[in-house]
Amino acid sequence: MTENAVDMANITKKFGETVANDSVNLGVKQGEIHCILGENGAGKTTLMNVLFGLYGHDQGSISIKGRKVDIGEPSEAIDLGIGMIHQNFMLVDRLTVTENIMAGAEPSKRGLLDEKKARKEVEEISARYGLHVDPGAKVESISVGDQQRVEILKALYREAEILILDEPTAVLTPQEVEELFEIMRELRDDGKTLVFITHKLKETMAISDRITILRDGKNVGTVSTEETSPEELAQMMVGRDVVLRVEKNEKETGNSVLEVEDMNLHNPENNLTLKDLSFEIEAGEILGVAGVEGNGQLELEEGIMGLRDLTGGTIRLNERDISNFSTRERRGAGIAHIPSDRLRRGLVTEFGLDWNMILGSEWSEKFSRKGFLKQGEINTYTRDVVEQFDIRGTKGEVTAGSLSGGNQQKLILGRELTRDPDLILAAQPTRGVDVGAIEYIHKKLLSMRDEGRAILLISAELEELKTLSDRMIVIYEGEIVARDKTGEFSEEELGLLMAGKRGDNEL
Amino acid sequence: MNPKSIWQRLKNLSGLSELLYSLLAIVFALLIGAILIYLSGHDALGAYYHLFVGAFGSTYNIAQTLLKSIPLIFTGLAVAIGFQSGLFNIGAEGQLYWGALITAIIAISLPNLSGFVLVPLALMGGSLAGAIWAAIPGYLKSRTGAHEVITTIMLNYIATLGTTFLVKNFFKTQGPVDQTKTIPTQARLPKLIPNTRLTWALILGIAVVLATKFLLSSTSLGFDLKAVGKNLSAAQYGGIPARNVMVLTMAISGAVAGLAGSTIVMGVLGRFITNFSPGYGFTGIAVAVLGRNRPIGVLGAALLFGALEAGKVSMQLFTEIPGDLLTVVQGLVILFVAAPSFIRLFSTLLGRGKGLFANE
Repeated sequence: MTENAVDMANITKKFGETVANDSVNLGVKQGEIHCILGENGAGKTTLMNVLFGLYGHDQGSISIKGRKVDIGEPSEAIDLGIGMIHQNFMLVDRLTVTENIMAGAEPSKRGLLDEKKARKEVEEISARYGLHVDPGAKVESISVGDQQRVEILKALYREAEILILDEPTAVLTPQEVEELFEIMRELRDDGKTLVFITHKLKETMAISDRITILRDGKNVGTVSTEETSPEELAQMMVGRDVVLRVEKNEKETGNSVLEVEDMNLHNPENNLTLKDLSFEIEAGEILGVAGVEGNGQLELEEGIMGLRDLTGGTIRLNERDISNFSTRERRGAGIAHIPSDRLRRGLVTEFGLDWNMILGSEWSEKFSRKGFLKQGEINTYTRDVVEQFDIRGTKGEVTAGSLSGGNQQKLILGRELTRDPDLILAAQPTRGVDVGAIEYIHKKLLSMRDEGRAILLISAELEELKTLSDRMIVIYEGEIVARDKTGEFSEEELGLLMAGKRGDNEL
Repeated sequence: MNPKSIWQRLKNLSGLSELLYSLLAIVFALLIGAILIYLSGHDALGAYYHLFVGAFGSTYNIAQTLLKSIPLIFTGLAVAIGFQSGLFNIGAEGQLYWGALITAIIAISLPNLSGFVLVPLALMGGSLAGAIWAAIPGYLKSRTGAHEVITTIMLNYIATLGTTFLVKNFFKTQGPVDQTKTIPTQARLPKLIPNTRLTWALILGIAVVLATKFLLSSTSLGFDLKAVGKNLSAAQYGGIPARNVMVLTMAISGAVAGLAGSTIVMGVLGRFITNFSPGYGFTGIAVAVLGRNRPIGVLGAALLFGALEAGKVSMQLFTEIPGDLLTVVQGLVILFVAAPSFIRLFSTLLGRGKGLFANE
């Protein structure tokens, strides 16, 4: 038996009263791809941050290659041959790829920077593992997929033998994911050990050799990928049986609810421009918007809600021009909005549940009289929604920020869907939400559709779009590059369209 | 039961931990103050005895304590209201100057009105003046993004110098001091306790504290104000007109600061004197920080600062310790409140162990 590359024994990590990791044991074999699978908040990233020395731990011990170690700082982890690729890249935009890679470990010749040597080394490593990036390019000018490769190169440059990848696929197109997996296999075959953190079952099945499942900070089990199934994994993650794909009935659609005509918008922050977006959604229909993030989804969302000014075009809701409406007027006209960034937009985390339930309705007749809040009314309503939407963790006086991601999302869903909307703008409705809650949210959205409401679904999850949408549009760099019935798109085709290759689907 | 578990229990009572923090900060500040007194060769216990007696030793002394805290209640509250909406109103000083001057002018120019009309009128005029002065930086921020810290500081200069200019050129009475005439007696606030200098301004201050508490916790406007302060993006998402709310918040904050000036003119000075404020607007920032920007907290903090201020006089009188030392104590209180890790350090040093503030 080869000895384990990493052994974490009885690791317990507490944040105040919250136990993020509860006596977790983890053994990662030398030269395997080991997946840490779990819902958000299950403690995956915490466990890996402990391993990488970003957090201390309250209990337990860590051994690297059979030797007991004490990792107090990331630099100590790096010295032990551990590299971590974080969810948010830690790169300096203005510097070149080579400069980013060597930063902190610069080779020098007589006290002078030896960039040539660094560049040569970078080229060597990238050739060896098929990690193709231009070493001279500025980081700000390369794609997200390339930036991720730079992060991997950075770790390899520091001679990492054990690589931790924290949700690396979240920002990639399907093709880029495939390429990443290729690289990971390449690295494994070269003897590197890879730890892959994810909450996606499909990817876990595709890439890993063994899987450790975490739930509520505890290790639920470690299984061999060959001997398990997505259903079993989902069951282990959630602790109960989960329907992975909700069923959808075919249905007649009704009147046009939302008509967007030649919508133009410019976002100076990232210089992205929406160009002549036109589409309509009928009652009882879900229109999915596919695309790699950052191709205009956020601008579309904010444009429709009046959070960003259009430079041209009209938006009609139930045949009424709402282009000049304020956000409040649009919400009042019958739009419900599940925002893509729930913590930044959707909730005031320091407010209690009650006040979050009336965000946007605090002046409505239902919840106020002459500017005085009807707290009794608000409490009743909050209790109803908490019960109806099965929001957990609400005992006592809790703030929205203390809820788990899934329950926060249910809170937003509860607030927005109980307002009897004609149009639901659901942006990334299941992002960072656990499998159980995803099922719930999908069912809820479908039932809203079946009630005859129109839904605009913006999502980065192809699975989700394919499961829920009746029709889809694909956007790339602010333009619609394809539109069709959902069934007409193959996954491969979608991937190509999202990457900017125009397809033959009619426009 | 060991101290740690008592601590944990107390901390678990909701809302209490912040209060504990503030109290602990005060205790530590006084302790360090005692060390400083000792090091400078004086009797620390005696000093604090005279401080305490000076602040609470008699009805008159208590009245003095309350009197000293009144302007701080208003300015502290003004700063706290701004904070609640994410706005750092450093301009309370300037706002109270305009409040004071306008109040004085109204009272002086309408000497024939009865007190029942003149008192509310002068108070309203003063708070309106403060509101308008504060709305300027609010407007600038909402339309151009100009940071309110910069603009309010600048407007403070304009306010102190502007009021001086107006008094010197238009409202000055005979004499060496740049001051207005005295206001008519019916415009003066009635005494709350006879034979002291304490007036009904205290009641007004407490009323404004309660009104602010109500505004923040039970009204739609308070909801909007806090939503803008805690999460601007979410406020906009909910359709709250954040820019207007900012201007309005600044106006409310300025109105309260203006009352600080009005009540000083009507309750204490009886006239407007140029440069009368020893920095009430700035001490208000400290009061708001110590009170954690909560109305009741501000009231408590203002009372503490008032007590230190009142006790200072007797401490200086009976011991030979410079009153400035208490300014040091005030500074330390703020330092400890603003920097929780100091307290953590102390509690570790005192052996109460880690984990006490593990949530931080």
